[in-house]
Formats: sequence, structure tokens, C-alpha cells
Amino acid sequence: MAEKARVDGRSHIRRRAGPRLWLSAGWLGVLLLAAVLAPWIAPQDPLAQDLFLGRLPPIWVQGAEPGFYLGTDSLGRDVLSRILYGARLALIVALVAGFVTCVIGAAFGLLAGFLRGWVDVVISRAIDIWMAFPPVLFSILLIAVMGPGLMSIIIAIVVIDWTRFARVVRAEATAQGAMDYVASAQVAGRGRLSTMVTEILPNVLPTIIVLLTLEMGIAVIVEAILSFVNLSISTDDPTWGGMIAEGRTSIHQAWWVLIFPLITLFLTVLSFSQLGEGLKDRFDPVLR
Amino acid sequence: MQLLRAFLLRMITTAITLIGVAVIVFVVIRVVPGNPIAMMLPPGATEADIARLTARYGLDASIPAQFLIWCQGVMQGDFGASITSNQPVLRLVLGRLPATLELSVMALVIAVIIGGIMALTGTRHRGTKLEAALDVGNGMALSVPDFLWGLVLILVFGVVWPVFHISGRVTPSLDLPFTTNFYLFESVLRLRFDLWADIVSHMFMPALALAIPLAAIIGQLLKQSLKETMHLDYVTLARTKGYGENHVITREALPNAILPTLTLVGVQFTFLIGGTVIIERLFSYEGLGNMAIDAVINRDLPLIQGIVILFAVIFTGVNLIVDLSYALLNPRLRHG
Repeated sequence: MAEKARVDGRSHIRRRAGPRLWLSAGWLGVLLLAAVLAPWIAPQDPLAQDLFLGRLPPIWVQGAEPGFYLGTDSLGRDVLSRILYGARLALIVALVAGFVTCVIGAAFGLLAGFLRGWVDVVISRAIDIWMAFPPVLFSILLIAVMGPGLMSIIIAIVVIDWTRFARVVRAEATAQGAMDYVASAQVAGRGRLSTMVTEILPNVLPTIIVLLTLEMGIAVIVEAILSFVNLSISTDDPTWGGMIAEGRTSIHQAWWVLIFPLITLFLTVLSFSQLGEGLKDRFDPVLR
Repeated sequence: MQLLRAFLLRMITTAITLIGVAVIVFVVIRVVPGNPIAMMLPPGATEADIARLTARYGLDASIPAQFLIWCQGVMQGDFGASITSNQPVLRLVLGRLPATLELSVMALVIAVIIGGIMALTGTRHRGTKLEAALDVGNGMALSVPDFLWGLVLILVFGVVWPVFHISGRVTPSLDLPFTTNFYLFESVLRLRFDLWADIVSHMFMPALALAIPLAAIIGQLLKQSLKETMHLDYVTLARTKGYGENHVITREALPNAILPTLTLVGVQFTFLIGGTVIIERLFSYEGLGNMAIDAVINRDLPLIQGIVILFAVIFTGVNLIVDLSYALLNPRLRHG
């Protein structure tokens, strides 16, 4: 009976993995489209200020103005247009920072896990040191050092988060390195680096892809946190975190300035994470 | 003997980690653009004034020399003086530490309670729609970080249904009789439950925001261990003896399923403490994290240094305690 319950539990997970994967991918697809098409679909100029149109409520609330669907902030800037333009920055950070972090972190993890020896000692020690930093404080510190800007955000994310990949990939590469097929490849005369790339890498690739998806969600959050503490890019450019920071201060006068960027950010982070979890279920041989 | 050797090795790696952190912070913050000394002086200060003040904070020496001087001071418990407030860093940092510790511990307690209830309920009703619903909630809680939960809580319990305070640590107009900065703890000792209620009402939202992701992790792992334990023979034996399901889960399965969760809670607790930085900012809570962000914005080098080192000490300390208690709790490791 117990066995049956377990089998049921698994098929349950499998059944849910489908819609979860599609819903997340769907939201991210819509967001990508919105980011690319922002100049054409945004109803207003995201930077245009008009103090006479300040704190207009969303279109379905009394006192709204036509053309400002989700209302305006205290400076009269259109919330919907700013969310659409903010998606550009969020997705650029997610993709670029995600990929660069992934490549660097996975490379260090592979080297440490496969080569072992002093390489492993140095990289593992570095990971320990990195884990002793509070990540949010570390990122704020790095931005303060490098100055605000898109490039700084990406560098900060890469510098802080490479350990996420390195730790997991190192463990997997160590496990794979001990397996027979790796020994056979070596006996067959392959070089160490060639074995690493052609034999180990394909086997840890599913893990790397899952981590990459999760990292993209983390990158979006880090960008939002940095713009929340006003250290992201220039204050005029629309960012979700910047909008949230403004919404937090005017929460009792204009709830819509906080709630719409928050919902967007929430769904985006949730989607990246659920996409990652969904892919993990697909890849995990135990669940299949 | 083996345990002692492992312990010594562990102490050495911990020391290396802390020195590594100190070196990195030291170098990183010294390439900060923007001269903190120039920011301190009133406009119209002469070059000589700037040079004198730079020398006073030791910022005229080379970076390695500054590091050595700083290390000497640290050995004597002197972390330098804050540039913005001119007070000893150690006193400032220790003054804020209790606020952050109380918040972290409260968050941990909330996470254990919520996570424990989720796991026990899920195990009790395994295979039902209730378990599936709990799993979905768990997945959400796990996917979204504390920063976003904090914002959601501000909206829900600060605006829509304003029952909790969403800003500060205590109502500023209250007269505080405290001699330490452990407000929550001391209010209980002094039997001032009116103050205690006010403090809890301020702390509950940020603590809950920090607790939600950890509660989800606890709920997930503990339920998994419980369900595995429920298949074991001794649990079946307890059932045949006629014990009810609730008794079997809490008395028989739980004690055996709890060890992996305890280890994980220890590791995750450091992430929770790291999360206090932004959560304190979000809720204007006067702890270490909030002070750290101000210090970065004001380019207060000695203060940033002190705070980061303190965080690193807490992180490595918690990890050390977790590893030690794991060795003590787990008989297989103890005799291994």
C-alpha cells in the first residue's frame, strides 16, 4: 500500500510538471515580447512627467484619465509604460548576467571537481570565503565601488553568484569523474581536458541548465533590490525596483504605484523558478 | 582523537575564511571612488585640512600597511572609528547587533513553527487534495525570495488590512526603560508586556518575510523524511499496537525524521541572516543591515569593514555550530 502511494505521488508530480512549465514559459514569452515591442506598444512616454497628471488611479477607478491604464506615479509618469520599459532592463540583466555567471561558475566547478588536487583546494576555499559574505550587502558594496549602471549590475551578479554554479557543478563533476565511463575514456587515450569537455560536461549539462534558469530569476531580483536602494542605473530610467521603491513611500496615497510592478516582478521571479523546477523534474532520471 | 583532528582542521579553515573575507573587503572598499574625507569637511576646507584628516584615519598609508595597522587594532578589539559619526565601530556595530539577532531568531522560530505544521499536516493527510494544495503553497513560498514576500506583507497587512506596524522597531514616542539593546528579551524580563506587544507588532512583518522561504524548505524536507519514516517497520509495529495516526507521526516518526531537517535549518539560517540586510531596509528596522546600507551610501569605510566582518563571523560561527552539533547528534559520525 505504501508503495502504491509513492507511485501515485510521482505520477502526480509528473502530471503537474506540464502546465507549470508551460505557464512559466508563457509568462516569460509575453514579457520578452513586451520588452522588445515596448517602444511600439507603450501607451505613453515612460519618462514624460506631468505634475497635473500625478497619482492618477488605474483606468477602472474613479478619477482616472484615458490612456493611463494602470495609473501614474507622483510625477505623472505612466505606470504601465514604465513596467514595459522596465522589462527590458530586467530581461537584459537576467539573460546576460545569468549566462556569464553560468559559464564562469560552471567552468570553475568543472575544473575543481574533475582536476581535483590543488585546483580543487583553491577553488573550494574561495567558495567558502564567498559564502561568508552576506550577498545583498556584497552586491551593494560592489555597486558603490563600481558606480551605478547596467555593466556594474551584471559584474556584481557574476562576481557574487558564480559560487552557486561552482558548488553544485563541482560536486556533480566529482561524482561523474569517479565513474567507469570516464576511466574508459582516459584509457582510450583521451586527454584530461578533452575528457572533461566531451564526457563530463554533457552529463552535468542538465544540472547547469536548471541552475541557469534559477539564476536568471535571482538576477532579476538582485537588479530590483539594487534599484530599490537606488544604486541600479540612473534614477530616471524605468526599473521595477525603482518603481517599487517609489511605491513603498507613497503606499498610503497611491497603492497602484507599488502593486503593479510588484505583481510583474513576482510573476517573473516565480516563472523563472518554476521553469527551473519543472526542467529539473524533466531531467531527473529518478522521477522519470 | 579523530574528532579532535577534524575539529582543529575545521578551526583552521574557518580562520582562513575570515582572513580571506577581511582581505577582500579591505581591498574592495579602498578602491571606492569618492573621497570620504572630502565629504566630511565643510566646503572651503584647505588642502592641509584634508591631508590632516586623511592621516588621522590612516588613509594616507599604502593598502597593505593600512591592513596591517587594522589587523593590529582588531587584535586589541579596536575596529577603528566610524567616519560619519566618529564613534568606535565596535560600539556602533554591537549596539545594532541585538536588533538583528532578535529579528533573525524570531524569523527562525516562525519558520520552524510554520514549516513543522505544514510537514505534519501534509504527512497526516498524505495523498489527499489538502497535501497537494500545501505542496503548491510550498512551491510558491520557496520560489519567491524574502524581499518580495516583505513587499507583499506590506501591502496586505500594512495597507489593505493594517494590523501590524510596517516601519521601525518600536513606536518612537514610547518611553523605553531598557539598559540593553535586546528590546524583545528585556521587555519580557521587565514584565513590560505593553512594550513587548508593541515590539512584536513591529517585528512580526519583517520576521515573517524572512521566515516564509525557510518555512517552505523545512516543510518540504521534513515531510519527505516523515513519509519515508512512515514506511519503516517500527512505525508499522506502533500502528499494530493500536496507536492512532497522530501519535504515530509525532511520537514515533518525528524523532527519527528530524535530523536531516535540523542540519538544513542550520545552513539555511545563515542565508536568513544575510536576508536581514534588505528586509531591515524595507521595513526601516534599525538593525545591522540597515546601518550597513547607510554606511555604503556614506562611504564610511571603517564601519562597512566592521559590519561585513561581523556578518562573516556570524555566518562561519553558525556553520561551525551546525557541524559540531551534527557530529554530536549523529551517532554514525561520532564513532566513525
